[in-house]
Amino acid sequence: MSKYKINVNGADHEIDVEADMPLLWVLRDVLGLIGTKFGCGIAQCGACTVHVNDLPMRSCSVRVADVVGQSIRTIEGLAEGTRLHPLQTAWIEMDVAQCGYCQPGQIMSAAALLKRNPNPTDADIDGAMVGNYCRCGTYNRVRAAIHGAAKLLNAQWVNAAEEVKA
Amino acid sequence: MRQIDLISSVKAAATNRLRMDRRSFFKITGVAGGGLILASVLPMARAAAEDVDSLVVSSELNAFIKVSSDGKITIYFANAEMGQGIKTALPMVVAEELGASWKDVEVLQSPVDEVRFGRQGAGGSTTIPRTWDQMRRMGASAREMFISAGALVMEVSRDELKTADSKVTHRSGRYMTFGQLATLAAKQEVPDPDTLTFKDREDYTIIGTSVSGVDNLAITTGLALFGIDTRVPDMLYAAYQKCPAIGGKVIGANLGEIKAMPGVVDAFLVKGNDNVRELLDGIAIVGTTTYAVFNAKRKLKINWDESHASKDSWTQMVSRAKRLAGTRGPDVIIDKGNVEEVFADSDNTTLEAFYEYPFVAHLCMEPMNCTAHYRKGGAGEKDTLELWIPTQAPAGAFAPAKSMFGLEPDQVTVHQMRLGGSFGRRTSSEYICEAIEISKRMGTPVKLTWTREDDIQHDFFRVGGFQSVKGAVNSQGRLVAFEDHFVGMQTKGKPVSGSGFRATEFPMQNIDNAYASKTMFDIGTPCGPWRAPGSNTTAFVTQSFLNEMAHAAGRDYLEFLLEIVGEPRWFEQGNTWSLNTGRAADVIRLAAKKAGWGREMPSGSGLGLAFYFCHAAHIAEVAEVSVDANKKLTVHNVTVAVDVGPIINMSGAMSQVEGAVIDGLSTMMAQKITMENGRIEQSNFHNYVVLRIPDAPNVDIHFIQSDYSPTGLGEPALPPLAPAVGNAIFAATGHRVRKMPLTEEGFTI
Repeated sequence: MSKYKINVNGADHEIDVEADMPLLWVLRDVLGLIGTKFGCGIAQCGACTVHVNDLPMRSCSVRVADVVGQSIRTIEGLAEGTRLHPLQTAWIEMDVAQCGYCQPGQIMSAAALLKRNPNPTDADIDGAMVGNYCRCGTYNRVRAAIHGAAKLLNAQWVNAAEEVKA
Repeated sequence: MRQIDLISSVKAAATNRLRMDRRSFFKITGVAGGGLILASVLPMARAAAEDVDSLVVSSELNAFIKVSSDGKITIYFANAEMGQGIKTALPMVVAEELGASWKDVEVLQSPVDEVRFGRQGAGGSTTIPRTWDQMRRMGASAREMFISAGALVMEVSRDELKTADSKVTHRSGRYMTFGQLATLAAKQEVPDPDTLTFKDREDYTIIGTSVSGVDNLAITTGLALFGIDTRVPDMLYAAYQKCPAIGGKVIGANLGEIKAMPGVVDAFLVKGNDNVRELLDGIAIVGTTTYAVFNAKRKLKINWDESHASKDSWTQMVSRAKRLAGTRGPDVIIDKGNVEEVFADSDNTTLEAFYEYPFVAHLCMEPMNCTAHYRKGGAGEKDTLELWIPTQAPAGAFAPAKSMFGLEPDQVTVHQMRLGGSFGRRTSSEYICEAIEISKRMGTPVKLTWTREDDIQHDFFRVGGFQSVKGAVNSQGRLVAFEDHFVGMQTKGKPVSGSGFRATEFPMQNIDNAYASKTMFDIGTPCGPWRAPGSNTTAFVTQSFLNEMAHAAGRDYLEFLLEIVGEPRWFEQGNTWSLNTGRAADVIRLAAKKAGWGREMPSGSGLGLAFYFCHAAHIAEVAEVSVDANKKLTVHNVTVAVDVGPIINMSGAMSQVEGAVIDGLSTMMAQKITMENGRIEQSNFHNYVVLRIPDAPNVDIHFIQSDYSPTGLGEPALPPLAPAVGNAIFAATGHRVRKMPLTEEGFTI
């Protein structure tokens, strides 16, 4: 056991765990952030996707010792206070989820995509989302909701720009 | 789509756990017949502790409906939500009959109490047809009580009042809100269920619209909902290792080494009861995190006694079945007309084929898990058990709790958790019994989580099998005989789930000469229901083979199929679970029309049509595919026509169809479970793959909202997909697909 300081959703946490413990289990079992899901443990399904310095990572395969000092964001930290991320709004509006279990991972992969590419094409979406399994088959709505969120996001930026001008 | 009331959803999610424990608030004061439970009113003296505003008073109209003085309408959902959408659809039915405005509704998971709520759980696409009348009665009963209260307060006659938008409105336009009337309404006489009337379809304002799932805010923000999200004070984490050859017994293991590993609290042998649905032998590891126990599990060295374990071999099943091609089985399922005579007639064209489909796994994204807290009773007190289970059958936990642990139902509290997928998987109790056993041994709450490897290798699989089929068309190209030798699987003399072939199987009811027989192989591999059991494999065989017959007759498949379907008739009048050929022909024609059936297709492209009837649903699908020179398959579009009666939640219904098509393609493309010497050879997503987003086809859905009573849609859109794609591949390439998955025939996606 070793002590580590990690930053999750803007808050510092001091934890005392094995060095090889994957970030997934630190989040779920140590910090109680159960929004990040366990699916396979071998980085094949994407259910455990979180952001490390804004990049999507499969938290089941990232050792906690390797993310000390990095900025970690989970599904719980995606909304700004009570203001949902445009992806969350689009996901609800378009009723994407069926069982819902893979959706936090889908949304985190999508959020990382929109951060670097605010106007993704279908091919861009396929490339960014190919690592996220959905056994219920919500893929078409996932794609539609990402396009929808991109529109929302761009509208927000336009509003912000107009506010700045005003 | 409708605006979602985010704030109320958040509150609902936050208070869900608390409310589930409040059984003491509920009292049953009236139980009516026919499975209908009309628990009467119990206005709460004061607001319960978790109510946000202490001045808010909540009143129960019946078991399913509670209305607060601030206008909030709580509707309890008493079944299992696994992605099929009924946690939204059933409350929509209640709200519709009540006359509620959907924005005022919050939906909470009810306690597990079948006396109060009727049968709970979900499966077999039966929840909608089974609860349709019950949900309408709950809403209508409460509506009449609101009208009685409104008549008293407004001093008008009941028949001058109606409910809509969460208000009781007089024909003069005067109204009072449900919130204002709730306390009084709850004190009104509960109407006799037989006197209740239901709304006409044309008056619906909620049923038939698109409503976003009631848990969507919790899902998208990562709130606790699923079984695996359970966390209770002082909880430990557990893993359980069973013998890789199903049914092997444990002799010993390196427990000393395991117990010394970091984070491990204990490790011990468990002797089971040899019931694969309850408790098999294994090693339990308990620790402070899931990682600690998973990590230790990998280091286990176990000595197994496999003398009574499964010795199943898929390769042996295949070679044995192939020898049965063209033969008949010992058990006759149907012998109608005279198929031999038809086959012997030299004017007819006879065709034979052998079809094969593998075992497949469920692959719920949320692996099997259960949290159990076994509490030893103190002096003179009984032991108690509390369970948090993602299960299709919450009341199913009571039987093993009694038979294995000696606990009566009143000693057991079950919390129904949302299921991260199920598809028929979570109907057995073994993951529950394992958790109970471990918690009892430890004396603490324990969350048992299966690894993905456990989940795949200890599944209750979709059974594999074989069918040897034969048919004849006459000189006019009309189907005149059909024969099927079904080669299925049984365990201890009983067919496993999905390993049956019905005498009513299409097209046998529709033609004069039909013969079906079966041969059953004994297996030890556990099998269970998997999204449309039996139908998901037989549809592939029969609809592919009928397409072969049409081709042999030189006929267009749409025309050939409609000819077999024949004139509109209902084989069992009034029974929606029997084939109605009028409904069948309508969906076939609609799917063909919408897909542009008959249009010229480019080289290497093709359309494939299939129809199937199961779960009271008539569904036709047309797949549009192209196949390149390297046998790379692209499924561009799937057109689906569905008749399940009126649609309750349009968004949810479309989700079920979209999902079934993609799931069907995923399964037929590359999924196959094999076993040798009783050991499952696949272990995780690297060697058992699921379709990914770039390969998902467009799905074009058309509902025929007929006037028949609504039926379920969780399963029946899946079976027609495989034959539709197989028939399209034939149209595109001339290659007939008779074996699943497609990778076995050299295709890639």
